[in-house]
Amino acid sequence: MSDIILKAENISKQYRLGLVGTGTISHDLNRWWHKIRGKEDPYLKIGESNDRSTKGSSEYVWALQDINFNLHRGEVLGIIGKNGAGKSTLLKILSKVTTPTVGEIKTKGRIASLLEVGTGFHGEMTGKENIYLNGAILGMTKKEISSKIDEIIEFSGCQRYIDTPVKRYSSGMTVRLAFAVAAFLEPEILVIDEVLAVGDAEFQKKAIGKMQDISKGEGRTVIFVSHNMAAVKNLCTRGIVLEHGKVVFTGNQNESVDYYLSNSISNIPLNDRKDRVGNKNIIVKAISFFNKNGDSISQAISGEYLRVRLHIQKNRPVDFSKLFVGIAFLDNQEKKVVSFLSDEMGSDFSYVADNNYIDLMIPEFLLRSAVYNLTFMITEGSTRSTDALDVLENAAEITVLEGDYWNTGKTNRAGDFAIIPATYESKL
Amino acid sequence: MKKNDSEWLYTISPKKSLINLNFVEIWRYRDLLLLFVKRDIITLYKQTVLGPLWYFIQPLFTSVIFTLIFNNIANIDTGNGIPPFLFNLIGITTWNYFSTCLTGTSDTFKSNQNIFSKVYFPRVITPLSGVLSNVIKFGVQLLVFILFYIYFYISLVDTQMTARPNEYIALLPFVILLMALLGLGLGMVISSMTTKYRDLSFLVGFGVQLLMYASAVMYPLSLIEEKVRNGSIPEIAGYLVAYNPMSTIIELMRYITLSTGEFSLFNLAYTTIICVLIFLIGLIIFNRTEKSFIDTV
Repeated sequence: MSDIILKAENISKQYRLGLVGTGTISHDLNRWWHKIRGKEDPYLKIGESNDRSTKGSSEYVWALQDINFNLHRGEVLGIIGKNGAGKSTLLKILSKVTTPTVGEIKTKGRIASLLEVGTGFHGEMTGKENIYLNGAILGMTKKEISSKIDEIIEFSGCQRYIDTPVKRYSSGMTVRLAFAVAAFLEPEILVIDEVLAVGDAEFQKKAIGKMQDISKGEGRTVIFVSHNMAAVKNLCTRGIVLEHGKVVFTGNQNESVDYYLSNSISNIPLNDRKDRVGNKNIIVKAISFFNKNGDSISQAISGEYLRVRLHIQKNRPVDFSKLFVGIAFLDNQEKKVVSFLSDEMGSDFSYVADNNYIDLMIPEFLLRSAVYNLTFMITEGSTRSTDALDVLENAAEITVLEGDYWNTGKTNRAGDFAIIPATYESKL
Repeated sequence: MKKNDSEWLYTISPKKSLINLNFVEIWRYRDLLLLFVKRDIITLYKQTVLGPLWYFIQPLFTSVIFTLIFNNIANIDTGNGIPPFLFNLIGITTWNYFSTCLTGTSDTFKSNQNIFSKVYFPRVITPLSGVLSNVIKFGVQLLVFILFYIYFYISLVDTQMTARPNEYIALLPFVILLMALLGLGLGMVISSMTTKYRDLSFLVGFGVQLLMYASAVMYPLSLIEEKVRNGSIPEIAGYLVAYNPMSTIIELMRYITLSTGEFSLFNLAYTTIICVLIFLIGLIIFNRTEKSFIDTV
């Protein structure tokens, strides 16, 4: 077993909700009064777990609760979770920006954190001066930076502008420069928060490549937080899934990503929707998505298997053999990007008479990473919407994450359009 | 294989010790300190027409105004053979150093919120760098004082200009250190409090202005004593000025550069103790705040 370089024990973090500033003095005084009498902090115990959507009674919430994990030398740990699961709070604690309310983290190496690229950049200073400043903020010494300055400048691709004040840079150039500095950090433990989601596609590729070098080639220990599941799968060797401030899953990177995707919100309640069109002889009461293992998901990966299930509620008898079903995915500009029309496809829905769902199986979901809306239409005997049983626009939403369709180790670029199977001929 | 705890490099925990100023760590970040100083210096007057000339303009104009108001209109006597302009110039230059240290430090957490919320380095680096870059500014302003001293010396040589620097000028670095400690200390207390209670930042703005009037900047300390003696100033105000460490420092600066005013080792010792004390208190409070200020700011 490789040795443990970092150990987190019972990390918990409490935050106060509402308007900080009203009543803080009285709480502070109360806290202090309990403390001098040797009693426990009165506000520590009343916190609730941090679920954004339900309204709690307490003013205090636990953003993190009892986080325990070990990090081995050379390991790349991915932390995944929905917005508000506590990922950033955990990173802030790891990078010493704030302290945990309870618990402690012990470490054997220096931690450098990249919660943002370009921290401390000053617009009036030149690119070179900013490299020094930013590097020093991140914990490098001037000597270290000087020895790498040429590599950094080259990696950033900003040679021509290096003696120009950064305020004259385009935002993309600033980001490149900032990432270049960060890429040459050499701490024992590196903490990274989604900084990969910057720059243009070309630079992202470069950045991910550099990240791979850091984690694989140089055997650095890395803690990595991202929403980019493809990147997590690619870069990490282990993953933990956070939900409402608690660790709900620990395992290798693939298991963690699968766990996360299958446990995201699914089964959107459609029952309450009032904008349906049709005679409602049958209606779709819910829509769910599944991956190839049959797990319910709300986020699909581009290029991978996807099953769409319409859960049917039968109100009046319907001739299912004459059923027409159309399912379409729309981009965020309400434009159809792909549709699946059962008459074209020659589908037969007789089986639905004995079942309560209609399944659409997509062996390779070839839309690129974006958020898509699903619209469906069910009619009987014709394809005109005037004969509709049930039609609902924007009935469900699915987030498609970047995948690696071509199996090249490079994630496919995002964008709400499709990939079509093809190859460039290697010879004619 | 069970490793024992002594092998851990460091621990992140909510525990707060009274002072855990890690000097080794600060030393490791010395390059950052210097780069911050460099940043402050080169970016201060970027895109201004007069550039570093602003260093000179502000104390000069203030001295001229002070000389007009306090010496020509209000008839404050700066002593025999001491040109009032020089008297004011050294007072204002000294005061400026202290007040920029104080206001700069008191803003530490608020104005560096963005950096502090993203990356860790010993927070005390930031106010330290401010104090250091102010020393450079102070040095430049002292040059201006020297130039004017020479001018007055030459033009008044056959009249009665008796102002001379004396051997206590060797105390100059020590006096600067005292001011830095005082400004840092007060500033760190205020900056720590303002993370939670913003009220204080309003106080600093005019508080520093008011403090200037209580720090013997535009009048000699002896004048206050005299006024208290003849009853035209309440005794409490006299104490306020006399026991204000900044009055002693400014009086001392005038003493070592112009040989005017009074100087006693007792006062110096008293001021030193106060400055060090305030600095330590500031450091303790600052240290307690820096760990979790980001949650309350």
